[in-house]
Amino acid sequence: MIDSPPEKINESVLKLINNIHYGDVKGTYNIVLATISVLKEIINNTEWNTAKDLMDSITLNGKYLIEALPLEASIGNMVRRTLQIIREEYILELKNKTEETDPQESLHKILTAENDQQIDFNTSVPSLKSALLEHIVEFETELETCLENITEQASEHIHSNEIIMTIGKSKLVEEFFKKAASTRAFDVIVAEGGPFLNGHEMAVNLAKAKIKTTLISDVAIFAMMSRVNKVIIGTHTVMANGGLRAISGVHTVAQAAKHYSVPVMVLLPLYKLSPLYHSSYKQNGFNKHVSPMQGVIDSANTQLLEKVHAYNPVFDYVPPDLVTLFISNIGGNAPSYIYRLLSELYHPDDYEL
Amino acid sequence: MNFPQKTREEIKAEREAKKAAKAAAKATKGKNVSKVASSNNNVKNVSPVINSKISEKSVERDVSKESDNKITNTDIKNKPTAVNCDISEKSTKTDAVTVKDSQPTREVSKENTTQSSNIGTQSCTPEGKSKEKIGEKSKAELRAERRAKQEAQRAAKQQQLLAKDNSKTKEPIKPCVETKSECVVKKDVIKNVIKEDPHQLSLFKHLYHERESSRIAVAPINLNIHPAIIRLGVQYESKVIVGSNARCVALLAAVKQVVKDFEKPAQADFVRGLETSLQQSMVYLHHCRPLAVSQQNAMRHLKWQMTRFSSLSDEKAKNKLQGIIDTYISEQIQLAGKAISIKIREKISNGNVILTYGYSSLIHNILVEAHDAGKQFRVIVVDGRPWLEGKEQLRRLTKHGIECSYILINALSFIMPEVSKVFLGAHAILANGAVMSRAGTAQVALIAKAFNVPVLVVCETHKSSERVQTDSIVYNELGDADELVNHQSNDEVKKSLLSNWRTKKSLNLLNITYDVTPADLVTAVVTELAIVPCTSVPVILRIKPSEI
Repeated sequence: MIDSPPEKINESVLKLINNIHYGDVKGTYNIVLATISVLKEIINNTEWNTAKDLMDSITLNGKYLIEALPLEASIGNMVRRTLQIIREEYILELKNKTEETDPQESLHKILTAENDQQIDFNTSVPSLKSALLEHIVEFETELETCLENITEQASEHIHSNEIIMTIGKSKLVEEFFKKAASTRAFDVIVAEGGPFLNGHEMAVNLAKAKIKTTLISDVAIFAMMSRVNKVIIGTHTVMANGGLRAISGVHTVAQAAKHYSVPVMVLLPLYKLSPLYHSSYKQNGFNKHVSPMQGVIDSANTQLLEKVHAYNPVFDYVPPDLVTLFISNIGGNAPSYIYRLLSELYHPDDYEL
Repeated sequence: MNFPQKTREEIKAEREAKKAAKAAAKATKGKNVSKVASSNNNVKNVSPVINSKISEKSVERDVSKESDNKITNTDIKNKPTAVNCDISEKSTKTDAVTVKDSQPTREVSKENTTQSSNIGTQSCTPEGKSKEKIGEKSKAELRAERRAKQEAQRAAKQQQLLAKDNSKTKEPIKPCVETKSECVVKKDVIKNVIKEDPHQLSLFKHLYHERESSRIAVAPINLNIHPAIIRLGVQYESKVIVGSNARCVALLAAVKQVVKDFEKPAQADFVRGLETSLQQSMVYLHHCRPLAVSQQNAMRHLKWQMTRFSSLSDEKAKNKLQGIIDTYISEQIQLAGKAISIKIREKISNGNVILTYGYSSLIHNILVEAHDAGKQFRVIVVDGRPWLEGKEQLRRLTKHGIECSYILINALSFIMPEVSKVFLGAHAILANGAVMSRAGTAQVALIAKAFNVPVLVVCETHKSSERVQTDSIVYNELGDADELVNHQSNDEVKKSLLSNWRTKKSLNLLNITYDVTPADLVTAVVTELAIVPCTSVPVILRIKPSEI
C-alpha cells in the first residue's frame, strides 16, 4: 500500500481508489466509466497551459492509480487512451493552423512520416481544452455503446441448435446469449466456475430468458466438451500478445476446447485490451489470491488448515494460441491481430507509463 | 433387521409356492387379465408376481394383512388358511394397511399375493405343506412353466414393438426370467414418467432412463436374495461404500457369505443353483448402482471358477469357492496394490511434487508407503465439487505427516508449473487405452499434458475392461443433480438461487460421475505386471484373459 499520497495527486483519484478498494465500484465496465470521469475532471478542473503539462499531470495521476490498483488493467488502458486523445487533438489543433491533412493513414505515409516524437507539446493551444472535452464525451458514448455493439454480432456467431459452453458469470456473455436467443434456439452449458460459483447465477439468469441451460460442475468440463460446438467466454483483461487474464478455470476450458478442436470466442470490449505482457508462469503480479476460506475449504477444517497450504487464485492465464477469435465492438479479430489494435488505440510511448 | 430371522424353510416354501402359482397363472389367465388394467397385459400375465403389484392396491393391502399373520407365527401351514380369505371378492378392501413398513415384509406380502390370487380359481394348489410338492413337481407343471416362459418371450417382443413405437427405449428387453419381465413392465410405467420430465438433457436420455428404472426397481426385491446382498445394495446406493476397490471387496465378502449360507435347491445341481442365485443378486445390485468394472470382472472370475468344479461335492465346492474368493481379494486387490506401490516408488525422487486428484485408496497407500520408505516429497491434492473427496485424502495424508497443499480443480493451471508428477487413480482401464475415472481426472491429465508434466495412472489389472469408449457420454453414471446445489459456502443468496431449480423449465443440473481420459493424455499406466503405455492395455488383457 502507498502510505501517504504525493501532493500532486488529484483528490478525485484518491476517492476512486477508495471506492474500488471498498467495492463501491464493481465490474470492469463501471471502473472504466469512473476512471474516465475522473480523468475528465482533471482535464477540466486543473490548471494547465500546454498539452505537455496536462499529459504530465495525467501520467502522474494515472501512474498512482495503477500502482494502487495493479490488477485493474483497464484503468491503465483508460489513462493511455486519454493520453492518446490528447496527442491526437493537439496535433489536429496544431495542424489546423497550418495545413489540412488527409486523415487516412497509409503504409506509405507511415513509412515516410516524420518522427512523431519530435513533436513539441509545449506550444500552447487555447482551443485544445474544448476539443479535448468534446473528444472525451465522444469516447464516453463509444464506451456506452460498446457492449451493445458486441451483442449485435451475436447472430453472426451462434446458429440454431448449437451447444455452447461458458464458464462463470459475465454480464456481457449473458447479454450476448440473450440477444442470440431472440432469433434462434440453442443450448448453453454453464460451468459453475468454482470456488465462487458465479456460474449458478449465470445459469439462473439464462434460464429465466428461456434459454435451455445446463449447469455442470467444473470437473465435467472435459467430459462435456466433446459435444460442445463453441466456447464463448468473457475475460478480465487481454494481454498484448492476445493472452487472457480470465477467472480461474478458463484455462481448463480453453485447453479442453483445443483438445476437441472447438472454437473459443472471447468477447472483448476494447477497453479491456491492455498493452502489457505476461510471460512468466510464476504469475507474480499477475494473479490475485483470496482467502481459501472463500469456497475452497471451510472453517470446519481448521485443524487441517494448520498443516496444509490451500490456494485460491482468482485468475488464469490463457495463452493466445488457445483463443480462436476475439469479438470486439469493432468486429471479430484473431489473436494475431491484437498488436495492430493496440497501436491504433494507444501511443507506443504510453505503453510504459 | 428382521429379515434374516425368517427361516430358511419358509423362504424355500415360498419359492415353491411361487412356482405353483406360476403354473396356476396359466389357468387363471382370463381372470388376471381383467385385473391388470393395461393395454399390454400379456406381459403381466406371465408372472403372477407382477399381477399383484400392478393390480389394484386393495389386493396387496388385504394380503399384506395376511402376511402379517403369517410372519408372526412363522409356520408355513398358515399360509393356505390365510389365503383362504379369497381376494377375488375384494370385500376386505377396507382392511387396514397393516404391514407396509419394512421391506422384507412387503416382499412376503407379494409372495402371498401371488399365491392367493390363484387359489381362488385353482383348487389343486398347495393344501398341505408345500414342501411335499417338491418331489412331485409334475410334468404338467413343468410344461406350464415352459409355456409361461414362452408367453413371456412373446409378450416381451410385443413390448419391444410397442416401445419402438414410442421410440423411447433402448434397453434390450430380456425375456425368460420372471424377475426380468417384471422389470419390463416397470420400465413401461417409468417411461411415461420420463416423458414429462423437462429436466433431462437430450444428450443423456439413455442414462436418465437407466437411473430412473433402477430407482423404482430397487424396492421389490426377490426373496431369493441374501440379506448380505441387500444390505450391500443399500450401502452402494447411499454411497456408503464408494471406490472401485472398496466396492469390489465388499461385493466379494457378501458373495462369500451367500456361498456359505447357500443351500442347494432340490432339483438343480449346486453350481447351477448358486449361479442363478448370484445372477439375481447381481441384477439387484445393478439396480442399486451400476456395477463397477472391477465387480464385473470379479464375478466373471468366480463364474469361470465355478464351472470347473462340477465333480466336487457341495460342501467341498463351497469351501473351495470361499477359498477362491479370499485368494482373489488378496491376490488381485491387496497384493496387486502392494506391487504397484513398490513399482511406482522408484518413480518418486526426493524433492518431487506429486499432484493427485480426489481420493484413491491405492494412491493413498502408495504415498504413505513411499513416505515411510523415506522419500522426501510434497503432495498437492486437487479436489472438485460436488464430492470433495480430496479432503479425505488430505486428512489422511497430513495425518501421516506428509506435506500437502490443497486446491480446487479450477486452480490447476496455477499450480501445475511446480508439479513434477501427476498420479491418478482409475475406475477402469478400457481396451483402447482410455482411462475411466472419477469426473475431473481427464482435466487434470489435460492440464498436466499442457504443462509437460508426466501423468501416471495407477490401476490394478483386475480393473481392466474389454469395453472401448472414446467419450464420457455413451456410458456414464448420473449422480444426484441436487448435489450441485448444496455448496459449502455460507452465502445464503447463492444458495437460494438454485434451491428451486426444478421449477425452472429450461434449467438443468448435470452431475456425471465418471469421465474418460484419452490414452494420449496419459504417460503410462502402472499395473502390478509392469509400467506400460496406455496403448498396451490390450496386451495386459491378453496376458490376463477375462477369467483372470
